Amino acid sequence: MTDSKYFTTTKKGEIFELKAELNSDKKEKKKEAVKKVIASMTVGKDVSALFPDVVNCMQTDNLELKKLVYLYLMNYAKSQPDMAIMAVNTFVKDCEDPNPLIRALAVRTMGCIRVDKITEYLCEPLRKCLKDEDPYVRKTAAVCVAKLHDINAQLVEDQGFLDTLKDLISDSNPMVVANAVAALSEIAESHPSSNLLDLNPQSINKLLTALNECTEWGQIFILDCLANYMPKDDREAQSICERVTPRLSHANSAVVLSAVKVLMKFMEMLSKDLDYYGTLLKKLAPPLVTLLSAEPELQYVALRNINLIVQKRPEILKHEMKVFFVKYNDPIYVKLEKLDIMIRLASQANIAQVLAELKEYATEVDVDFVRKAVRAIGRCAIKVEQSAERCVSTLLDLIQTKVNYVVQEAIVVIKDIFRKYPNKYESVIATLCENLDSLDEPEARAAMIWIVGEYAERIDNADELLESFLEGFHDESTQVQLQLLTAIVKLFLKKPTETQELVQQVLSLATQDSDNPDLRDRGYIYWRLLSTDPVAAKEVVLAEKPLISEETDLIEPTLLDELICYIGTLASVYHKPPSAFVEGGRGVVHKSLPPRTASSESAESPETAPTGAPPGEQPDVIPAQGDLLGDLLNLDLGPPVSGPPLATSSVQMGAVDLLGGGLDSLIGGTNFVAPPTAAVPANLGAPIGSGLSDLFDLTSGVGTLSGSYVAPKAVWLPAMKAKGLEISGTFTRQVGSISMDLQLTNKALQVMTDFAIQFNRNSFGLAPAAPLQVHAPLSPNQTVEISLPLSTVGSVMKMEPLNNLQVGSGQGRHPSPYSPTSRAPLGSVEGRVYRQMFLATWKDIPNENEAQFQIRDCPLNAEAASSKLQSSNIFTVAKRNVEGQDMLYQSLKLTNGIWVLAELRIQPGNPSCTVRLSLKCRAPEVSQHVYQAYETILKN
Amino acid sequence: MSASAVFILDVKGKPLISRNYKGDVAMSKIEHFMPLLVQREEEGALAPLLSHGQVHFLWIKHSNLYLVATTSKNANASLVYSFLYKTIEVFCEYFKELEEESIRDNFVIVYELLDELMDFGFPQTTDSKILQEYITQQSNKLETGKSRVPPTVTNAVSWRSEGIKYKKNEVFIDVIESVNLLVNANGSVLLSEIVGTIKLKVFLSGMPELRLGLNDRVLFELTGLSGSKNKSVELEDVKFHQCVRLSRFDNDRTISFIPPDGDFELMSYRLSTQVKPLIWIESVIEKFSHSRVEIMVKAKGQFKKQSVANGVEISVPVPSDADSPRFKTSVGSAKYVPEKNVVIWSIKSFPGGKEYLMRAHFGLPSVEKEEVEGRPPIGVKFEIPYFTVSGIQVRYMKIIEKSGYQALPWVRYITQSGDYQLRTS
Repeated sequence: MTDSKYFTTTKKGEIFELKAELNSDKKEKKKEAVKKVIASMTVGKDVSALFPDVVNCMQTDNLELKKLVYLYLMNYAKSQPDMAIMAVNTFVKDCEDPNPLIRALAVRTMGCIRVDKITEYLCEPLRKCLKDEDPYVRKTAAVCVAKLHDINAQLVEDQGFLDTLKDLISDSNPMVVANAVAALSEIAESHPSSNLLDLNPQSINKLLTALNECTEWGQIFILDCLANYMPKDDREAQSICERVTPRLSHANSAVVLSAVKVLMKFMEMLSKDLDYYGTLLKKLAPPLVTLLSAEPELQYVALRNINLIVQKRPEILKHEMKVFFVKYNDPIYVKLEKLDIMIRLASQANIAQVLAELKEYATEVDVDFVRKAVRAIGRCAIKVEQSAERCVSTLLDLIQTKVNYVVQEAIVVIKDIFRKYPNKYESVIATLCENLDSLDEPEARAAMIWIVGEYAERIDNADELLESFLEGFHDESTQVQLQLLTAIVKLFLKKPTETQELVQQVLSLATQDSDNPDLRDRGYIYWRLLSTDPVAAKEVVLAEKPLISEETDLIEPTLLDELICYIGTLASVYHKPPSAFVEGGRGVVHKSLPPRTASSESAESPETAPTGAPPGEQPDVIPAQGDLLGDLLNLDLGPPVSGPPLATSSVQMGAVDLLGGGLDSLIGGTNFVAPPTAAVPANLGAPIGSGLSDLFDLTSGVGTLSGSYVAPKAVWLPAMKAKGLEISGTFTRQVGSISMDLQLTNKALQVMTDFAIQFNRNSFGLAPAAPLQVHAPLSPNQTVEISLPLSTVGSVMKMEPLNNLQVGSGQGRHPSPYSPTSRAPLGSVEGRVYRQMFLATWKDIPNENEAQFQIRDCPLNAEAASSKLQSSNIFTVAKRNVEGQDMLYQSLKLTNGIWVLAELRIQPGNPSCTVRLSLKCRAPEVSQHVYQAYETILKN
Repeated sequence: MSASAVFILDVKGKPLISRNYKGDVAMSKIEHFMPLLVQREEEGALAPLLSHGQVHFLWIKHSNLYLVATTSKNANASLVYSFLYKTIEVFCEYFKELEEESIRDNFVIVYELLDELMDFGFPQTTDSKILQEYITQQSNKLETGKSRVPPTVTNAVSWRSEGIKYKKNEVFIDVIESVNLLVNANGSVLLSEIVGTIKLKVFLSGMPELRLGLNDRVLFELTGLSGSKNKSVELEDVKFHQCVRLSRFDNDRTISFIPPDGDFELMSYRLSTQVKPLIWIESVIEKFSHSRVEIMVKAKGQFKKQSVANGVEISVPVPSDADSPRFKTSVGSAKYVPEKNVVIWSIKSFPGGKEYLMRAHFGLPSVEKEEVEGRPPIGVKFEIPYFTVSGIQVRYMKIIEKSGYQALPWVRYITQSGDYQLRTS
């Protein structure tokens, strides 16, 4: 006999009948009735009307019946809070039942009834159950604390349950320990500030002991908890790793992944020279490979995580390429992930095999998979130079198949190959041109147009080809239109005689007949550029392009480090930080990898270590800047640009050339200063640069005015923090370049040598332009002064706060980090914004990006303010008088390429001398800093 | 940390039964699951993790059911999938087969199990043998005193109950090695690995302590046993049942454990040492458009002459529009399976060193169909008893119980095909 019969009663008076049955004297009938009620509940019928009758059945000695009534309660208590009180007595009684199963059942169910009124009655029973003699009850009670905390956190704290829970971590029973850890972790996650999981070497030891004894799930709770611990030095990290590694042999994939998380995290603290480090690397590979024989869903999670691990520590799996080869019956999501990892692992050693596989995949039937495979071939070409030729010929073979989407995908990647290896494979252009007609996807069309424009001089009929695209100009997507515009301008610059008509046509299409502001703007700029200064136009449009990076789709290093801390979780599957998909700020703590320390030094500089991985080991990835100027150089198609100094500088300089030459100093570069201020613990309250006037360079690149303000040197790194090396310094500016003046003093007893300096990435791209050169060893008590030239073309990363700069310098291998506290007077290019451009840009920037400020007690008139600001490279574009107020329209450019437009409103004769300032910028974060700079300059 | 609620849905996405563990995700959100799944499938972007707004669905499919866990936190995804599979395992042990019907027929016990398997999103006891001791299909009467918590639930040894008795104490050890092989169309081996498992069938009284000795190379090196005399095997990645003391293995490679009662998988291992493919296939598939397909398959047994492969099945792909099959085989029989678009050539007994041939001929319609077909690989199934490819051996199984009984271990070796694929051109 099965339970399905309970689902069949659908008579009219059902509820009424059930009511009668529930109140029957016969136990058997009662039970049958409750089952019918539960069955109705299961199929979604509302049986809440039976609440009192069902609750009446609660006092029974039949365990099955009791469970059913409890189940009913959990479902309906919330809708009948007043009646739920009726159940309290039975709960309290059941918590004292001689049978531990009943006690546990009661305490478990109680926590699931989320009715405020009830919760307070539950405290006493819960307290008893937490101290129950039976571990089964205790482990259930431990979880109940987390439930109660979720309903009423204050109550749990007031009742002291958290302390009891903490005590349970020392319980003799491993299952109780595991559940207590789980409950505490859960509570701590929603209350990040509470120092609940007060982990210390003693409690860690207890957890590691329990790890050997509890169930697979308990092991996961403990491992996940361990991953939040920060060992005090590398020795402790190693000893934890040693005790966690056996978990890699667990049959449960989730245990393995949680163990991998702990190891990947703590490994960060181990020195690479350590033998143990190598051993650990070797131990990690086999279990990761074995995860690929798990169920497909677990394989998927594993692959997404391996993707992260391969980026963080490529050495672990570099010899395991073959296991990522795609099998015919793999689900598509597994296939795509494997392909991604194959590309990341591709190297000169295995490229032949990889290419053979990719070629095989490119002839499969699944369209998405085939596309990705073709793209992968292109990425291999870019990544492994030696294979480029073979890749190109493979791509040509694929183009010969004439399969539409294969051809289009191939053309898109060939464009990137051209970018990476200029003047090498242009012989294939003819083949590409044959396929012009079959291209119907915007990306492929745009790529093809780019190729035609770029190599216009080698393609005899380039003008015809481009003209053919021009016919349906307005039906094309923006991407294609922009590309077509640029390509025709390139063609014109290369073959001016034959193509004048064509360029006229495209310019008028772009400027007159288009609604798209991007397209119009680009059209106007080209038009004016061409009409005023063709030579400059050539320099701009045909400028040498920055190299494209070898790796694409790399995860930004700080995010990668964060994701490593989340191995196995949703974040690691999405490749997004939890804050991106978990609601609200609650429960989201940013995690970061522990700093690498050596135990000998850790005692001296425990808290000054930089967060994140040591700089210099990470591949450089420039975050997308949404840079309108880069766009003009038709970089919009390319993958992320690599090689920070070269790439960034050429983008910026190119852009300035374009504007400077063609549009009569369209946008002037103002010199803005990145003021690196106190932001890291290393700043020991040293005085923050005197005054803010040094924010802006007062000499300016042209050298018009003198009096560049230089802050006095401040001690940035006290000797006690850096083994006797004291560093003080300030920032100065000498004719267009910025320097950091350092004074190094040896306060130790030994001679110091091998000085080095490193800048962490910062908001303003500040980086040393030359290595730190200290020619002679520094003897004790000797002081040396150095001027370190800086450049602003380092890689840019937004810091919080914006003006945060972290620098590490010192001797030998262990840099001592510090934050310079003086303001750095940095600045860059000359120029100003053209009036119309100002207006257009002002309108173009959305209103929500506008910030308004008031500067009080500023008795300056418009002229004085203007000249004062001008000396700090804030240029006045226009001046107007509106209703007795002087309006100054001004522009400035930060060294990291951000433009800021300003409107300054000065009311002459206003007794309060208040000046109103409105700032508009595409990156509104900087507004506050610009405002501070204004205030300082105007008041100085 | 993990699931907020767990749902069992029928094939159309209608909830059959569900359990709300945390209450932080509205139960009605499950309505979005099926439309989302269908949509993503159409887009070709189906993944085991779907999200709708703030709700994330982690799902697996089993026969005609979907098991879905919801969460709105950064849950431990591997734990959730692992738990869902474990849940299926438990239900299967209880109901033999898990499908829509069995959920309906046993909804009371399903509720009970869901209550016991997980609490507030934390998986609890998932060992079906232990669960069966206190959650039974017969309704429990308290007065019988039977439904006490088995101490096993919270013991360090949570997988074996005390007081088990057998007249005859025996252990059966099965060493099963599966060969995974991937060969590309021009005949070069891309991937060849051995995945071995050691399964135990334990009929032992009391709380026995077992120690298993293998010819493990690392162990031999540790104990100085390595030499020309003792052949040893290098196990690349070993995974153990939770009963095995992992830290002990990590220390001195000793496999020691108190086993669960009855059947279980003690360990698995992997070796990526390349071995000669046991059954080698050469094939020529010639397709003459609009008229016919001709297939020639040659199979060769590349293992010791004394061994015999049993139940060999070679499945060869044919176009889906093929018709009128004709076969010729030197041994065994061939059969066309149109629903899978393959020819299956079965050979009951295939001795080592032998070579056999099969020819097949199919007609093709004169009108070619539009869609392009993939090129599925040739698959091979076989089983070779009394033989392990890796050469792994059980050297001893020591059984110690405080009552001091004598117990007999029995060992059996089998090598079989795993994921054995040869791509066709």
